[in-house]
Amino acid sequence: MIEGNYEIFQQIGYVASAILFIFGLKMLGKEETAVRGNFVSAIGMLLAVVVTFVNVIEPILVLSAILIGSAIGSLFALRVKMTSIPEMVALFNGFGGLSSFFLAWSEFTSYKAISPLLLITYLTVFIGGITFSGSVIAYFKLSEIIKFNGAILSKLSRYFLIVFIITFLLALTQIILQILNITLIDFDLIQQIFLGLLIVSILSGFCFVIPIGGGDMPVVISLLNSLSGIAAALAGILLTNTALIVAGCLVGASGLILTLIMAKSMNRTLFNIFFVGYSEGASSASDIEGEIKPINAEDCYLILEAASTVHIVPGYGMAVAQAQHVVKELGDLLEQNGAEVSYGIHPVAGRMPGHMNVLLAEANVPYDNLLEPKDINPKMESIDIVLVIGANDVVNPSATEQPGSPIYGMPIIEVHKAKTVIILKRSMSSGFAGVQNPLFFKENSRMLFGDAKESISKLVSEFKE
Amino acid sequence: MEIFILLFFILVLSVFLGLELISKIPSTLHTPLMSGANAISGITLVGALSLQTSGTIQLVLAFLAITFATINVFGGYLVTNRMLRMFKKK
Repeated sequence: MIEGNYEIFQQIGYVASAILFIFGLKMLGKEETAVRGNFVSAIGMLLAVVVTFVNVIEPILVLSAILIGSAIGSLFALRVKMTSIPEMVALFNGFGGLSSFFLAWSEFTSYKAISPLLLITYLTVFIGGITFSGSVIAYFKLSEIIKFNGAILSKLSRYFLIVFIITFLLALTQIILQILNITLIDFDLIQQIFLGLLIVSILSGFCFVIPIGGGDMPVVISLLNSLSGIAAALAGILLTNTALIVAGCLVGASGLILTLIMAKSMNRTLFNIFFVGYSEGASSASDIEGEIKPINAEDCYLILEAASTVHIVPGYGMAVAQAQHVVKELGDLLEQNGAEVSYGIHPVAGRMPGHMNVLLAEANVPYDNLLEPKDINPKMESIDIVLVIGANDVVNPSATEQPGSPIYGMPIIEVHKAKTVIILKRSMSSGFAGVQNPLFFKENSRMLFGDAKESISKLVSEFKE
Repeated sequence: MEIFILLFFILVLSVFLGLELISKIPSTLHTPLMSGANAISGITLVGALSLQTSGTIQLVLAFLAITFATINVFGGYLVTNRMLRMFKKK
C-alpha cells in the first residue's frame, strides 16, 4: 500500500519536473529570461532527483557518488576560463553519454535470458559510448592538446567506423533472430557479444570524430549534444522512466536543431561534413584579379579616426589570439571618437555554436551591439570601415559571386560591400575551407598583417596618444 | 508490451515538443542553450538512482553512472549560469 502511494508521488514529481524542463528550455531561448530559464530547469532536475532518491537502496554509496560528482563538476565549471568553454561543454556532454553507457550495461547484467529489451540496451550502449568517446576526442581537438591530422589517419578512421557500424548491425540482427526464435544460441555467447559491443561502441566514437576538421567542430558538438539526449531517452525506455524519456528527447531535439542550423550556415550537408570533409570539395581555384595591399598600424589608425561607422567581424583568429578584451577597448575608443560601432557575428565563426558571442560577452560587449548577417548585410554599403579580425571563410565573397566555389551559396557577412575593409591576418594562408579569398584582392581591401592582439593593441595605443 | 507502446508514444511527442520549443532562437544564445540542454541530459542521474543493484558489478556500474551524471548536471548548470551572467544589455 505504501509502495503504491510512493509510486504515484514519484510520477507526479516527474510530471512537474518535465514541465519545469520545458519552461526552462523555452526561457533559455530569449535573452531577457535566459538566466531564470537555466534556474527553472535546474529546479526541475533537483525535483526529479529528490523524488527518486527517497527509495534509493544504498543511500551511503549513492550519496558519496553524488558528492564526488558534484565536487568535480563544480570545480571544473567554476574554474574553467571562458576561452576554454567549448571543450568544457564537450567534456560534460561526454560524461552524460558515459552515464547512459554504464546504466545500460548495469541493466544488461540483470538479464538472465533473451528479451526484446536487449535491442534497446544495445542501442543505448552504442549511442552512449559514441557520445562519450566522440566528446573526448572533441575535447582534445578543441583544447589543442592533441591534434589528429593526416589523411591516412582520417581514411583509416572512416574505414574502421564503417566496419564497426556493420558489426553493431550484425549484433542487432543476431538479437532479432533470437527473439523471433529463428536461431538459438547460448546466453553465455550473447554476454560475450555484449562485452565486445562495449568496446566497439567506444572505438566507433573515436573513429567518428577523429577525421572531422576543426572548422566543423560546431556541428559535431551540437550533434554529440543531441546524441547524449537520445541515449538518455533510450535508457528511459529500458528503465520505464518517463522523466528520462521526456528530458532526453528535449535535449535530442534541441541538439538536432542546432546541428541543422550550423550545417546550414556552412552551406553543407551533414553527410558531407561527416563522411567527406572539406578538402575534397575544393576544386576550382580560379584566377583572382587584383593585388594585395598591405597597410601598417599608423595608417590604419588614421583611417579609423576619420570613420563615422565601424563594423567589426571577429572569427576564430580572435579566439586564438585571445584578443576580445583589446577589441572591446578599441571599440570603446572608437565610440568616444564619435563613431558608431557594431559587431557582425556569423553563426559558425569559431569552434562552437555562438563562440564569438561568449567571448565578446566576456569582454563586456553588450549583446544588442552584436548583429547577425541578415541584419547587417542590408546596411553594409553605408559602413565606412569594416575590421575583419581573424575571420576568413565567413566573409569570403566567393560564396555569393562564384558559382563554382565549394562554399557557393553559404550565407556570409558581405563585408566587401563596405567602403573600406581592413583585414587583420597572420599570413596569406587560406581559411579552413582551403578556398582562396578574393576579398583580400579587392580594390577596397587593406591587409594588416600580424597577430590580432598585437595589431589591435598598437591601434589602441595610437588612439591614446 | 503495452507499457512500451505508451513509452514510445511519450518519446515521439517529446521529440516534436522539443523541435517546436527550440525552433527560433537568436544565435547569441546558441552556446548557453547547448550547454543548458547538456545539463538536462544529465537526467540519466535519475535513471542511475533507480537502478536495482544486486552484486558487485552492478553496484560499481551504478556508482560510476551516478558519478558521471552528477558531473554532467553540476558542471552543465554552473557553466551555463556563468556564461549567461556575462551577457549584458547596453
